[in-house]
Amino acid sequence: MGDIQSLSRRAFIVSSAAVAGGIAFGSYAIAEPAAATSSSNPLAAGLKPNSVTFNPWVEISPERITLIAQHADLGQGVGSVQPIMIAEEMDLDPGQFEIRFAGPSPAYFNTGFADEFAPFLAADQSPAAEAARAAALESLRTSGLQMTGGSSTVPDTYEKLRIAGAVARETLKATAAKRSGVPVADIRTQSGHVILPDGTKIPYVELSAEAAKIPPVQDAKLRDPSEWRMLGKPMTRLDVRSKVMGELKFGIDLKMDGMVFASVKLNPNKGQPLKSYDASKARSMPGVKKIVEIKNGVAVIATNSWYAMKAVEAIECEWAPSTYPAEQADHWKTLEASFKPEFLGKEWRKVGDIDTGLKTGTLVEAEYRAPYVAHQPLEPLNGVGIVTDTGMEIWVGHQSPQFVQNIAANAIGLKPEQVRFHNQWNGGSFGHRLEYENVRVLAEIANQIRGTPVKLVFSREEDFLQDIPRQISIARHKGSVDNGKIVAADLQLASTAPLKGLLERSGIPSKDPDAQLAAGLWNVYYDIPNFRATSYEAQGLSPCTTWRSVGASTAGFFTESFIDELIHAAGLDPLKARIAMCTVPTYRKVLETVAEMSDWKGPLGNGRGRGVAFVEAFGTPVAEVVEVTATDRGVRIDKVWVVADVGKVVDPINFENQVQGGVVWGLGHAINCELTYAKGAVQQTNYNHHEAMRIYQCPVIEVRGLENDPKVRGIGEPPVPPAAPALANAIFAATGKRIREMPFNKFIDFV
Amino acid sequence: MIELTVNGTKHQVDVIPDMPLLWVLRDELGITSPKYGCGIAQCGACTVHINGAAVRSCQAHIGDIAGKSVVTIEGLTNRDTHPVLQAWIEHQVPQCGYCQIGQIMQAISLLELIPKPTDEQINEVMSGNLCRCGTYSRIRTAIHAAAAKMAEK
Repeated sequence: MGDIQSLSRRAFIVSSAAVAGGIAFGSYAIAEPAAATSSSNPLAAGLKPNSVTFNPWVEISPERITLIAQHADLGQGVGSVQPIMIAEEMDLDPGQFEIRFAGPSPAYFNTGFADEFAPFLAADQSPAAEAARAAALESLRTSGLQMTGGSSTVPDTYEKLRIAGAVARETLKATAAKRSGVPVADIRTQSGHVILPDGTKIPYVELSAEAAKIPPVQDAKLRDPSEWRMLGKPMTRLDVRSKVMGELKFGIDLKMDGMVFASVKLNPNKGQPLKSYDASKARSMPGVKKIVEIKNGVAVIATNSWYAMKAVEAIECEWAPSTYPAEQADHWKTLEASFKPEFLGKEWRKVGDIDTGLKTGTLVEAEYRAPYVAHQPLEPLNGVGIVTDTGMEIWVGHQSPQFVQNIAANAIGLKPEQVRFHNQWNGGSFGHRLEYENVRVLAEIANQIRGTPVKLVFSREEDFLQDIPRQISIARHKGSVDNGKIVAADLQLASTAPLKGLLERSGIPSKDPDAQLAAGLWNVYYDIPNFRATSYEAQGLSPCTTWRSVGASTAGFFTESFIDELIHAAGLDPLKARIAMCTVPTYRKVLETVAEMSDWKGPLGNGRGRGVAFVEAFGTPVAEVVEVTATDRGVRIDKVWVVADVGKVVDPINFENQVQGGVVWGLGHAINCELTYAKGAVQQTNYNHHEAMRIYQCPVIEVRGLENDPKVRGIGEPPVPPAAPALANAIFAATGKRIREMPFNKFIDFV
Repeated sequence: MIELTVNGTKHQVDVIPDMPLLWVLRDELGITSPKYGCGIAQCGACTVHINGAAVRSCQAHIGDIAGKSVVTIEGLTNRDTHPVLQAWIEHQVPQCGYCQIGQIMQAISLLELIPKPTDEQINEVMSGNLCRCGTYSRIRTAIHAAAAKMAEK
């Protein structure tokens, strides 16, 4: 498995006719900078007199400069780092510009998905891989897919936003040159002003009307990172102060004149309709204004959210039954029976001779499991909407603006362009705000009280019941070791298909195997001479969707736990063996760095143990070492060391915060979270049933970012997948107990 | 009509006595810094001060609040220079920020009771406040920093 390039070429031959993520690959085309070729600039339509826009990210009026954050802010820092990437090149300081989230437009297509949608291993830089990525990029451009996800916030915008800022800067300089007659070469910019050789300072806003009369200067050069004032250096996120002061308004905080409040009770058998209901009790409850029926449930409209929630709770509903098994045990049974040719997703990768390999030396077999898990960001699903005879206006935090238009329009018989969407600051998402349940029901409710703005807030219980969960998955892994080496690894899993489900609900269904089920399964960078990675897609189970780190959140746990089992069976040291087997030099450096940081010296003894795991997800390699102590009250997590290579750390403090948060997310859910179905509904409806990590369990987490990868990578999700296997491997080291199923607290106590 | 005092201002609200303070603040008075997260005292996002103590406003019935003094983050004395808020900014605690007002109101209350808390004491008091983004390391750091700053004065 040493030669990645030749392997990937084989993979390309297998899948060159494939479609990834619903997007067919066309012929190879050279990608031009997005900023220069966006077919139309959505800001042009709303421009006020004497104002100018140079591209979809910069707007200047005589009063203000507005920078567009292209992605949705889910807490990952989009609303800060994206404007700062523009401001860096534009010579603007924080405080000199306003921020607005992008509206729906193909101009904001996500270039960052190109690598993920091309069927090549991330570490593969071969011409064939790059050609496939360029083709994927072209498909993305054509489709205009505008979506926040896949840890693409920085990879998508690292170049294009700096270009957008540089174009703005150069055009403002050209405008000042025209006005003053001074050659542009003698003009510079600083802190929101164009500066002439004689020291005259012209504020950018003063040039807006004249700048609108010249074509934007497109051949603006990007500055070398060594000249950066803000990027790459410790900086304060632009949203920190307003969040700490309690001033920032989330979607749930919006208020409109004449607004009414709604809450819903929806069929917990996901996707099924309402059969009948009895609202006689609710009708006379305090504050109730109206009760409306919607496709899959009922809504109460009241004078405040609490009255609406209490009244809707009192409505008795009869639901159509689920199309998936009503009871959890049958979900597992279906999954167990899915390792069959008719459910084959894809054989993603095959190296050497797996059958002969498995017959060599000692055979190791293990079955792993991962349950459904909920997203449950702390801000529940909500939205404000108003429907009039001309269309709908909707204020909701969402990751896919154009799909929001489509879903809302389809729900009430409008055309997508009749829906005006305003994105909001989000109180977390973790994949939840890629789904549409709140959008669809808000449209249905607002359509029944036309002319009145309505705020919809899901109760926490309703949010849990409607949460389309993370995939459920079983792995059946086989491997063999001989003479102190891993000879073979045959990795197979059966799972529900998260990305496929999301694409279908988004209106772009795909018949191709779910590529997210390969994540963490096929992208194994160890020198194993006989290797195979296969996915099976279970049918007829609960709908599933993308949950922070998606496929790798389950497959990463399976793979890196099983590799650990093989390493132990071979009598090797878990970290030293991984370093020795790693075939990609930059990834090896990630492992070596975590060894150095944690001062890894083998077994600790005395009830203490360390585990390591390494997973590349969304192109970002991450290694984690977890240290635990087995106490008489259970396992205590003492410390975590994390190393991630993102090519370039553009926002170092937020980088550290994201990595720590990803580790907490990965550990917490692995320890104590699952969703189980009974009578077609999930049984966990609040945080007391699905807690994840609280502060008392949170270890010290030391973080280091490396910049050796040739590409700029994301960090929102990649720290999640190694956390669970590193913890399981640490528990094995400390106690001798191998935990092969999440949540771990079913098998061992935690302090 | 029920009368209550929020941030030093008297208000009259026409709601049933069972209604939680959280929703009175948010929907009746338009004070949105206390957040709805769980409704059952599991997350702490709705934390406010009542008569100086940190309370989950989703569990406080408005009928029981009459005559008591409610303080939300907007009503903190010296909010712009408050050492806890300053520490939260300096250490850049928030990610999404949705839980952070509750965290801050709880931390202020903690430091009033225990001016120099250990990690263990922080864990004990702050464990009722959930952060889905996982900012716990920074919360600990910020509380220690605020404690140090408050000790200087």
